[in-house]
Amino acid sequence: MLKNIFEIAGTALNAQTIRMNTTASNLANASSVSPTEEEAFRAKRPIFRALVEQADLNQGFDTLGGVKVKEVVDSTEPVRKVLDPGNPEANEDGYVFLSNVNEVTEMIEMVAASRSFQNNVEVVTTARQLMMRTLEIAKA
Amino acid sequence: MKLLANPFGIHEQALPLRNQRLELISSNIANADTPHFKARDLDFKKVLSGVNPSPMASTHHRHFGTGEVESPNAILFRIPYNTSVDGNTVEMDVEQAKYGEAASQYQATLQFLENRISGIRKSLRGD
Repeated sequence: MLKNIFEIAGTALNAQTIRMNTTASNLANASSVSPTEEEAFRAKRPIFRALVEQADLNQGFDTLGGVKVKEVVDSTEPVRKVLDPGNPEANEDGYVFLSNVNEVTEMIEMVAASRSFQNNVEVVTTARQLMMRTLEIAKA
Repeated sequence: MKLLANPFGIHEQALPLRNQRLELISSNIANADTPHFKARDLDFKKVLSGVNPSPMASTHHRHFGTGEVESPNAILFRIPYNTSVDGNTVEMDVEQAKYGEAASQYQATLQFLENRISGIRKSLRGD
């Protein structure tokens, strides 16, 4: 049914929104500092997975073929260590740990997520037009 | 009455297939950013004719299999023009073109059905 197309595109819109959210969070925290390496902010990345297994149907998804965010993982890039003794967050050696967010990568992620979102909106628009025409078939 | 025995002809079966193809392509577009996702498409002609081409038979015990995967629904993997690092074979421009194609084919089938319906109407009304 055409209804499935709405659901498939809907899962993709949802996944791309989550991707956009993580990008926003990463950019917002790009200049966060912390006193230890462990506490430093690490860029978040969503991991996408296709909905292909029957088990996915029990997890709130009605249709196979869409996409879901399997998990959101931390980037493994090293965090930057900067000497800044005046910073209140500095440790006893005078260092602060910056986030490992790369602003350029985040901007690319943002544009890519936005384009993918637009593609899926276009899919919904076309499917809706086809559905309206199908409903009018008996008027012929 | 032959007229109403099979009023919609092949188009009745064609419409769900057109729809299934649209679904598959929308699934490809949805998974454009999923690592290792392989784009799929429907061999429309094969399904509609209901004939699967016979796979190459191994008639000797030392014959190699052809590696052809039996796909009962004629859902096939798309061969990508370019490779990608994450193993995803969805090419957005290809998928967009195919989606547009599938949408217009769906509309064509709808148009055929509409013509049949208006034809039957006309003949029943008799004016």
